[in-house]
Amino acid sequence: MSWGMASEACCYVYYPEDENDLLEIFELAKVRGMTVGFRGAGQSYGDAALNGEQILVDLSGWNRILDWDPENGLITVQSGVTIAQLWRRVVSSGWWPPVVPGTMNPTVGGCASMNIHGKNHWQVGSFGDHVVDFKALLPSGKIVYCSRLKSQDLYYGMLGSFGMLGCFLSMTLQLKQISSGEVQVTALSAANLDDLLRIIDIHKDEDYVVGWVDCMVGSSAIGRGIVHTARHLDLPSQNILTDDVAMSTHELPTKILGVLPAKYLWIFLRMFNHRMGYKIVNAVRYYLGLLRNGHRFVQSLAQFNFLLDYIPNWKRAFLPGGLIQYQCFVPFRNAYTVFHKIIQCCTNSKSPPYLGVVKRHKADDFLISCNLDGYSLAIDFSVKDSNRAGLSSLLAELDKIVLDAGGRFYFAKDSTLNPEVARSFLGPKTLARLMELKLGCDPGGLLQSNLSRRILPELHGYQVDKG
Amino acid sequence: MNHPNMSPITFSRPLERVTRAIIVGASSGIGEALALKLAREGYVLALLSRSEDKLQTLCEKINNDTLGQATYFVHDVKLTTEVPELFLKVCTELGGLDLFVYNAGIQFPNDPTVYSTENDLDTFHVNLLGLASWLNLVARRFQKLKSGHIVVVGSVAGDRGRRGMPAYTASKSGLHTYVEGFRNRLYRHGVVVTTVKPGQVSTSLLKNADKELWPISADLAAEYIWRAIKRRRMVVYVPSRWFLISWLIRLIPSILFRKLNI
Repeated sequence: MSWGMASEACCYVYYPEDENDLLEIFELAKVRGMTVGFRGAGQSYGDAALNGEQILVDLSGWNRILDWDPENGLITVQSGVTIAQLWRRVVSSGWWPPVVPGTMNPTVGGCASMNIHGKNHWQVGSFGDHVVDFKALLPSGKIVYCSRLKSQDLYYGMLGSFGMLGCFLSMTLQLKQISSGEVQVTALSAANLDDLLRIIDIHKDEDYVVGWVDCMVGSSAIGRGIVHTARHLDLPSQNILTDDVAMSTHELPTKILGVLPAKYLWIFLRMFNHRMGYKIVNAVRYYLGLLRNGHRFVQSLAQFNFLLDYIPNWKRAFLPGGLIQYQCFVPFRNAYTVFHKIIQCCTNSKSPPYLGVVKRHKADDFLISCNLDGYSLAIDFSVKDSNRAGLSSLLAELDKIVLDAGGRFYFAKDSTLNPEVARSFLGPKTLARLMELKLGCDPGGLLQSNLSRRILPELHGYQVDKG
Repeated sequence: MNHPNMSPITFSRPLERVTRAIIVGASSGIGEALALKLAREGYVLALLSRSEDKLQTLCEKINNDTLGQATYFVHDVKLTTEVPELFLKVCTELGGLDLFVYNAGIQFPNDPTVYSTENDLDTFHVNLLGLASWLNLVARRFQKLKSGHIVVVGSVAGDRGRRGMPAYTASKSGLHTYVEGFRNRLYRHGVVVTTVKPGQVSTSLLKNADKELWPISADLAAEYIWRAIKRRRMVVYVPSRWFLISWLIRLIPSILFRKLNI
């Protein structure tokens, strides 16, 4: 199943223990005329980690930390090591992964495959910007070692190539030095979208900045929300955690408001999974934020970054249909117009999003990239049998709005892109280069996934336009 | 770079829920009618039977005139050893599986004077053993996925042993009990198993009946089966009046039944 639970596929799952096992799987696939997809922790919202009726290689067992240099903050890990393992290993030595997603569950292989970003993209870039080098296995059996200085094309091509060029075996990451493991957070309320984008831009040079948007209101309050900025607390290094008791203060709380056990809260959330429920929750959140406008508080880095992990199993509130996220990236000059239109379309639709998040981004040098100098808007939708067709149409409409404004999309979150849209935002030059790399790394077209067949069938030689 | 096992029918899109079905015994009669019915409901189908010409024509009709899509595979259910590989191939082509229908069946003329071991073995092979070679594979898959629907077409004739066609009635009776066993096994894994017991349906098999009794068209039978699928029925008589008729026939003590000409 996808992380969002809105798509599923029956796959023949293999759990290789080492590179030799993986090579055997490649050979088996070639003999049987099957394709191979990869899966780390399966945290992509859509179908990126699915390969229906084909082979799926689960790499979550490749989770050893191979080498750790606490003096220089360099760590070498197998691709199945999760962000959770990573930060827990390094934080007590005064280091932190410079780019983390909103949950600590993905593997570093998955993060690299999607070249994920965090709440600090403007400051530090994407996950790939902190990969010093990596070792990968190509379907031919060849092992490649890539860095910014060696096999550059493959380095910038594989990071973000969603598993289409090869399998990450291990990588070395440069971590960020920290002195306290905590951040000082400031919450600022924004009365409308213009306010929100302006506040985010003003504070883009903070260590972290992220905006929550209320997508359930229109008219003059459209785009109202709360912006959280955060700055690493610089404290003397002897305050860095060294024992288990102190380590526990970094972890996410098991009780919400100190009273309600977090693991049962999804049951309560389920009651709000409808239009009125979204309105209520968003309104309460906004007004509480407004009351505490300018409020400052201290959180651990884990508590600030891993918001999706606060309530275990929270996505069960959206069963049986699951949820999807639509995330678009829009150039700075067009962001207000585009986001305004998007939120307007959504509030007028029968399936409004229950959550919206805005981040600030900058352009990068990776071949397959969603990033540009602008903002991203990520909106989450509950999926039900009754709204699938409507959601499809709505998101197709939004695609046009985003493309017209020179926008881009992010495959880790995607569930709806079609080939025309993918080709359009990637552009002929990028596509040609990707094809070249694909032919070089995987001439037999072994590596596929449900996502790759859906958005770029021509990458695998299919002349199908299922737009 | 094209993979022969992959076709456009396989591509899935998360928000577009596609239901996929295999029909074994799809080229004529109830199978053909059910294929058309499911296609009109938007199903993506894999149709199997021995007759390539008929399958080709049916697929063209489905692909041109209905919401659904269809592809075909030539298969003789007596060739049980080819089923595992074929099942894998069909599921790959379809891109998944939600519904499996076994409709393959043969019936020799209803004639109490004929004794033919060859005909009887053929009947058991197609009607029952062919089912066994498919059902285990399908059931295992659905059990693992904790979802899926299996429909097996039996017959009211299987409710009683009849003097004119003991092999046919026994094969259908065995089918009913066999399928019931799978139903009992699979329900706790979220898999629905439906036994369809048609009365007389206007298909090529009807010519082998000794007399006609309220036959219905194959299209109407398909409609009733579709309703049973939607309602996730366990056992359904098609049409429902046969439930009463069969119940009455089953009540007749053997000492009397053997004297009757049915």
